[in-house]
Amino acid sequence: MPDSPPGDRSATPALVIETQALSKSYDGHLAVDRVDLQVRAREIFGLIGPNGAGKSTLIKMLTTLLPPTSGEAQVAGCDIRRAPRAVRERIGYVPQLLSADGALTGYENLLLSARLYLIPRAEREPRIREALHRTGLADAADRLARQYSGGMVRRLEIAQSTLHRPPVLIMDEPTVGLDPVARHQVWQHVRDLRDRYGTTILVTTHVMEEAEALCDRVGILHQGRLEKVGTPAELCAEIGPDATLDDVFARVAGADVETEGDFRGVRLARRAEREHG
Amino acid sequence: MADPLRRIGGYLTQVQAVADAEIRKLVHDPNELLTRAIQPAIWLLLFGEVMAQVRGLSGSNIRYLDFLAPGILAQSVLFAAIFYGIAAIWERDLGVLHRYMVSPAPRSAIVLGKAVSSGVRGLSQAVVVYLLAGALGIAIDLNPLNLLGVIGLIALGSGLFSTFSLIIACIVRTRERFMGIGQVLTMPIFFASNAIYPIDIMPAWLRTISLLNPLTYEVDALRALMLRGAASKFGIGLDCLVLVAFSTVFVAIATRTYPRMTR
Repeated sequence: MPDSPPGDRSATPALVIETQALSKSYDGHLAVDRVDLQVRAREIFGLIGPNGAGKSTLIKMLTTLLPPTSGEAQVAGCDIRRAPRAVRERIGYVPQLLSADGALTGYENLLLSARLYLIPRAEREPRIREALHRTGLADAADRLARQYSGGMVRRLEIAQSTLHRPPVLIMDEPTVGLDPVARHQVWQHVRDLRDRYGTTILVTTHVMEEAEALCDRVGILHQGRLEKVGTPAELCAEIGPDATLDDVFARVAGADVETEGDFRGVRLARRAEREHG
Repeated sequence: MADPLRRIGGYLTQVQAVADAEIRKLVHDPNELLTRAIQPAIWLLLFGEVMAQVRGLSGSNIRYLDFLAPGILAQSVLFAAIFYGIAAIWERDLGVLHRYMVSPAPRSAIVLGKAVSSGVRGLSQAVVVYLLAGALGIAIDLNPLNLLGVIGLIALGSGLFSTFSLIIACIVRTRERFMGIGQVLTMPIFFASNAIYPIDIMPAWLRTISLLNPLTYEVDALRALMLRGAASKFGIGLDCLVLVAFSTVFVAIATRTYPRMTR
């Protein structure tokens, strides 16, 4: 991985996530439609799009949970089809659902990850302690995770999925349901990971404020297609001087808003959302 | 990673990671173990005491209550293991399963870890049944080698049926459907076995089914090891072989079907 400092745009940074015409179809319905995505080393890349746009399906393919229908993808230099195990060793994943086990303590959740990722025995304790400290969970380490607040659970999940220091962290809607304070803490923690370990971060969100505040670049996904990619400022400037990402988003999704009265469309979108996250 | 010994060590660490997490959960909340202890007590105290009045049911010279105890032990392990799939579906619904599936742990290590934890859960059942059996004056054999054998068999049987349950969970995918099918599966496995009566008194067609039922072999070996003066019908070696073969096939199938649950 190149050692260029974060935000350095003069050098051409290596691509850490790359897809070529990546597609997934369910019963003839294209949930992800020939996506060419390029995420550079050390950037925080936001995938934004309405519910059912295909964000979660795309993420599931990149995390090797779901085989693609067609197309290719490489994550951290490994092919998701040919070397899924190598991909799994190199990524951290925080799903939209609850991935910390509420019936285990914070410490036990981290210990589970340390063993699953085969962190050498001598390094387990120091890494767990450090992660607990950095996420502000040191005092709560021996409490069951089900007693944690939403923000604490999210921080625990980030800690447990990055204990093996993966070059790539993928997060699906990481701040859904969090209050503003907890949300800002999660953002801060994500930036900290990037600055400290040079982690490349791919995050999905449908909160435009999050995309603007957190992401170096964003890609707008709509009906399974990657419609636009750029920095938040670039995308806004295309529309007008005072435009926000909300306006960009409305323009991309706009055509759809009028035609979406179709009940079948809603039903399909909701079913896709439920079944495929 | 080229070093095979290190790979095996890593694999075992991952199996242990999964099993240890499950066991810690049991330690945090042992309520389930207590409620599970009620069922074998009811079978031995109510069913057993009444059926003991029927002469000749055990089909040999041992008392019916003695005959029944190993069957009830196998049954309580079966009933605990067969609903394991519900927990798997629940974990999928929560998202905890995703965490296992995106980790580099081989799928078989995850399946095996779950099976091992189910085995440990089964052992707690064994403690309950042994205590009950002692209180009822059943002729239990406390020879350490026999006890070790029982521990091994319980772990094996529990792992076998929990993995079977996991496969069913992968097929039915929802808790509601699983609840229905769980009941449908448990009864035939239990009644079409030698758990509460010898297979010699069965009609021929049922006897054939019993001989294809892994529970029959578990009970057969348990009976020989748990009771003083009881013998195995098929031979403990064959019993173990059948159980290991079933377990291997089930783990192999579950290794393929389990990852599909997160799709």
